[in-house]
Formats: sequence, structure tokens, C-alpha cells
Amino acid sequence: MRTMKDPAPSRLEYRMKRLMLRPSMRPFRRYGMPVIALATLAGLWAFDEGRREGALAFVAELRNEIGERPELVVRMMTVEGASPALAASIREALSIEFPVSPFNLRLAELREKVETLDAVAHASLQVRSKGVLVVAVDERVPVAVWRSGGGLELLDKTGYRVATVPSRVSRPDLPLVAGLGADAAIPEALQLYGVARPIRDRLRGFIRVGERRWDVVLDRGQTIKLPEMQAVTAFEKVVELDVAQDLLERDISVVDFRNSQRPVLRLGQTAIGTFHDG
Amino acid sequence: MMGDLYRNQRAMRAMRQTAMQKGVIAVLDVGTSKITCLILVLDENMEAASDEGIGNLAGQEKFRVIGAATTRSRGVEFGETTVLRETERAIRTVVQAAQKMAQCRVDHVMACASGGRPRSYGLAGQVHVEREVVTESDVAHVLASCDIPDYGADREILHAQPVNFVLDHRSGLTDPRNQIGQRLACDMHMLTAERAAIGNLVHCVRRCDLELAGLAMSSYVSGISALVEDEQELGAACIDMGGGTTGISIFLKRHMIYADAVRLGGEHVTHDIAMGFKVPTNVAERIKTFHGGVVATGMDDRDMIEIDREPDNWDGERRAVSRAELIGIMRPRVEEILEAVRERLDAAGFEHLPSRQIVLTGGASQVPGIDSLAARILGQQVRIGHPLRVRGLPQAVTGTAFSSAVGLSLLAAHPQDECWDFELPYDFKAARPLKRAVKWFRANW
Repeated sequence: MRTMKDPAPSRLEYRMKRLMLRPSMRPFRRYGMPVIALATLAGLWAFDEGRREGALAFVAELRNEIGERPELVVRMMTVEGASPALAASIREALSIEFPVSPFNLRLAELREKVETLDAVAHASLQVRSKGVLVVAVDERVPVAVWRSGGGLELLDKTGYRVATVPSRVSRPDLPLVAGLGADAAIPEALQLYGVARPIRDRLRGFIRVGERRWDVVLDRGQTIKLPEMQAVTAFEKVVELDVAQDLLERDISVVDFRNSQRPVLRLGQTAIGTFHDG
Repeated sequence: MMGDLYRNQRAMRAMRQTAMQKGVIAVLDVGTSKITCLILVLDENMEAASDEGIGNLAGQEKFRVIGAATTRSRGVEFGETTVLRETERAIRTVVQAAQKMAQCRVDHVMACASGGRPRSYGLAGQVHVEREVVTESDVAHVLASCDIPDYGADREILHAQPVNFVLDHRSGLTDPRNQIGQRLACDMHMLTAERAAIGNLVHCVRRCDLELAGLAMSSYVSGISALVEDEQELGAACIDMGGGTTGISIFLKRHMIYADAVRLGGEHVTHDIAMGFKVPTNVAERIKTFHGGVVATGMDDRDMIEIDREPDNWDGERRAVSRAELIGIMRPRVEEILEAVRERLDAAGFEHLPSRQIVLTGGASQVPGIDSLAARILGQQVRIGHPLRVRGLPQAVTGTAFSSAVGLSLLAAHPQDECWDFELPYDFKAARPLKRAVKWFRANW
């Protein structure tokens, strides 16, 4: 007689089947088991180090091949929104050797590199069609020349350094500021510069004193000392006085408006002499 | 004794409630020759499907069969589990196959047993209605007042169903609640079976990690599915001819009023054939199912049946018997079974019923010609009863052999009121001995 296997499931098998039929096991049966099976297969395959390295090399080769295709390779760079000098310095900073594979361009890193340039407020990099790398920058506009201990520097309207200039003559159109902490108060200096429009031909510059208040320096050694607070109002008064009564045309060396309740004039040497003689 | 029964049966009812909430329940028919498991989805709101020829007459629209499996029974004799481990394996096989078909796990199962020498009792009780209308507690009182006979310590109550209520000489009430009256009486049908048989079945089901949600007698549930409504109403007997036992249940007014079992069945016929022709049991079973019959004609003398077709027979002997010989072996045994059934029906007073319809069902009722033979022995009105059509039932499970499984699923969807569905009255335990003592004093002094 042929011996047949018992058709009844064993107790363990019966329990396992019932466990698998639980409603909560349904997602596991549907997703969990295939994922585990695939992961196991992949793990077994990658168990051998040689095969793993081979796969990595294959991927790298494939990557190179794709990057060197003529449709994708980057051949040139254009800079948008920058002056020629800045564009030249951006090219120098990036120093990319074309042609280059787009896989080897790390745009985020390049962007950071461009933004480290002081003259660049904001930059964005894009690889466009025909293999062009476009660097679009917002350039910082210099509004003042700052004479500090190091030399002459251009500042933008927030007081951020833009560039260094060799001499005052190279940017005569910009106001000159001096003194420690002048860069932090550039907005106020610009307001003062606007107020000084009637006497602009005599204006030499603004000096920040003690990092708290401004001195306005005119030619012939004249100085206007402004208060810490409401310096613009005080300066407006001085300019009005000059327009109305030619205050600054006279032989006055210092107009001291530090206390606006009690302004003080210091006469020049000639005026003192005339005063005594008279 | 009553309290213990209440606890067990009420626990099973609670399990059935849980299963109803989950919506899935299995029914398990543990028979002598085969075990069937059906998995049902219960849904109260399921719309009636008229296309499959399934009406909503008997309430079979409330569920749907989603899994069905049948396997050969093991370790069962005369409907009683004798080798627990074998039966447990068979139950595991069939439950797993049904679950696989249903793609669904079942935790609750209703089982039916065909063995255990069922014995049925008619009980009567009566009480005075407390207020002027009958309340549920009055019904509970009258059910509790039924005088339970001493049915033996080794037996267990399987069914205790109120079949009739009498309210002030108005008889035949099915639901006396909210009716006005003073004296409420009831008739209850109680069915007991051997505790060992029931306990073994329960043990096997528990060993398969299943919770038992109900137990039923298989002759009763075959009657539910094989009898049509008129037969249940007017009186009919369902003869469930199984492998090892033949169950008898008598229905009247839609209630089972009597049940019994004869410990003879189709396997005895198979054994007779095996002994008569000296062939293995499986060959005899095949010959019986393919060529069997109980009414011989002249044609059958010439109809030769090849036996010894099994592959192990190397001696080259080929034997053939005529179909008349086969019928000659089968007929006496079938007659014996039917005569034993006749005895039980006579003992139950079946001839007093208004309609004496007899419905044969079960696997052994498939023998050709058994209806004419049964008509000669049992009475004129005999038919073969196929189980009711239920939704989703595979074609292979619609034969007469599956009427108890189908009936059990009908019972699972629409349970019959049993006496333990009513709350046990609080004063039951205290009042009864006192009442008895008073009765005894009145009678004797």
C-alpha cells in the first residue's frame, strides 16, 4: 500500500495560515513580504565585494558617458546683470574649464562661491540649453567712499563693502565718509548728503565721531558738528541759515550744533582779528 | 444543573453576538463520513437577490456563503468523536480549506453533531401573570417553571425550545408578550445528548483555536433546510440519512417537537457490500455510489459491474458481479434502517400529526429508488428533500448530503429562541424548592 502524507495541516501550519489571514496582516502581505524578498535578494547578490565594486564602476562609467554627450555638455558661461569688471572677477572666482559635464557642476557650491564676492548681493546659476551656464547676479551699487585705516573702500546703501578703490579721484561722484563705524551709519550719511545739496560744491565729506555722531567737513577747514539725535534736522537748519544769511560764507571755522538748544559758532582767525580790531 | 446550562449556552449566545458584529461566522457539520465547513458573511442589510432563484421566504437573504470545504471525516463513529486527535486534524483541514476559499479568517463557529443518542422530552409549565399583560419576565418565569425531568447525569441539554404558549385557554401562541391574560402556560421541547459526545466535539473545536458560538443537533438543522415551510407548519418528519447515524426530527407549527436518531447509516451499507463481495471498503463505497440501488429489475441481472479495479491487484483476477446482486445486498440494510426509523416514528406518535409528510435527506438518501422503498415502509407521502438554496453556495455543496450544513447556516442567521435566551428569574433558585415542599405537603397531608 502506498503511504500517503497526512492531508491535514499541522497545528503550526494551521496557526500560521490563520495568522496570515488576519486583517491587520494584509498590508504586510501586500507590501512587506515583497519588499523583504527583494531586499534579501539584493543583499545576497551584493554579499560579494567584487560584484559590489563592479556595480559601482558600471554606474560611474554610465554617468560619465551620459555627461559627455554633446547634448548635455556645458561649453560656455555667461554672466548677467554684472559690470564687465565684476563679470571678469566672477569668471576668475569660478575658474571652470570648459567643456565640462553637467554632473560635475555643483551649482549650489558655485553659487556660494559667487556670493562670497563683495560686489555680489545675490546670484543664481542655471544650466540652460545649448550647454550654457548662466550666472545671473544682482550687483551691489556703491553709494559712498569710505576712508578707513586700510584705504579707500566703496560702500553700498546698507554699508556693505563693495570694492576697494585706489584713490578718491576714481569715484568723485560719491560722497566721502570717514571715521570708525561710518559704514554702519551709511543711510544717515546719505540723508545728510541729500540735505547738503545747496552746499555740495563746498562739501569735503562726513566724519563719524566716536561711532555716534557726524561732523560735516567743508573746504577752507570749516566743520559742522551735528548732534547724535536728529542730525538731519540740525543739518537742515544750518543749510537754511547758509542759504538765507550766507552763514558758511563768513569766516567761521566751526558751527557747533551738538546741542541744538544752544548752537555755538567758532570764528576763524581773520574774523577774530577783525572782531578785536573793530 | 439548570444554572450551569444557562451559563454555557448563554456564553455561546454571547459568542454568536460577537460573530454577528464581526460579520463572519463558520458552520461546521461533523458527520461520520464527512466534515463540512461553510463560512458565512452575515449582513442584515443585504438586498434580496431574485436573479439566483433565491427568495426571502425563509430568511436566507441575510447571509452569503463565501467559503465552503468538505473533507473525509476521521475518528468519528456513529456521529460521535472517538479519536479526538484525528477529528481535530480533519476539522483543521476543512477549516483551513474554507478559509482559503473565503480569503478570510474565522474565529467563531457553530457546530452540529449527529450522534450522542439524542433523547427528546416534552415539558410543560404554567404561571400566573403578574400584571395584566404578559411581560418578558413572565415568559422567563413560565419557561423556568417547566418541570425538568431527571435526564441523567451524563447527558447535556442541547436544545430547549418553547414550542407553544397557552394564555387562558387560547393555545397556539408563538409570542404571548403584551397580550392580556391571567394564566400563562407553555410547552417546551427539550433535547438532550450524551455529555461525552458533545464534550469531545467541543474539545476538538477548541483545539483548532475556534470559539464555539452554538451547538445544534444535526437532524434538527437538516429539517430546517430540507423541509419547506408548509411541511414545517403542518407536520413533517425529516429523515437525515447520514453515514453512521440516521437522524429523525419531527416538525409541527414551525417548531421541532421530537428528535431521535438511529445508529445505522450509509457506512453500514458499504460494509455489507465490502463483506459480501470481499472487496476493500473504498471499492465498496465506489460501487455503492456508482451502481447502487434498492429496486431490482430484470435488466439488473444482465448489468455486470467490474470490481477489483484497484491498482494493487496484481494477480490479474477480474471479477464482475451483477447489479441485482449488489441490490440484493443493499436493500435489506436500507430496509432495516427505514424500519428502525419507522419504529421511532411510531413511538413518537407520528401518525397523529395532521400531515404525515416524510422528507428523506442526507447522503444515504441518494440511493436510486429509496423513495419508493421508503413509501412502502414509512407511509405514502415521501419525497427526497434537497437543502434550501442559499446565496453563494457552490454547486458541489447543494446536494442532499449537505442539508445539515445549510440548515446550520440558516440557524446561524436566524437563531431559534431557546429558553436560555430569556433571563433566568431572580427568585428561581429560592422559590422552586419551597414550592415543591408546599406541593408535597398538600399532596401528602
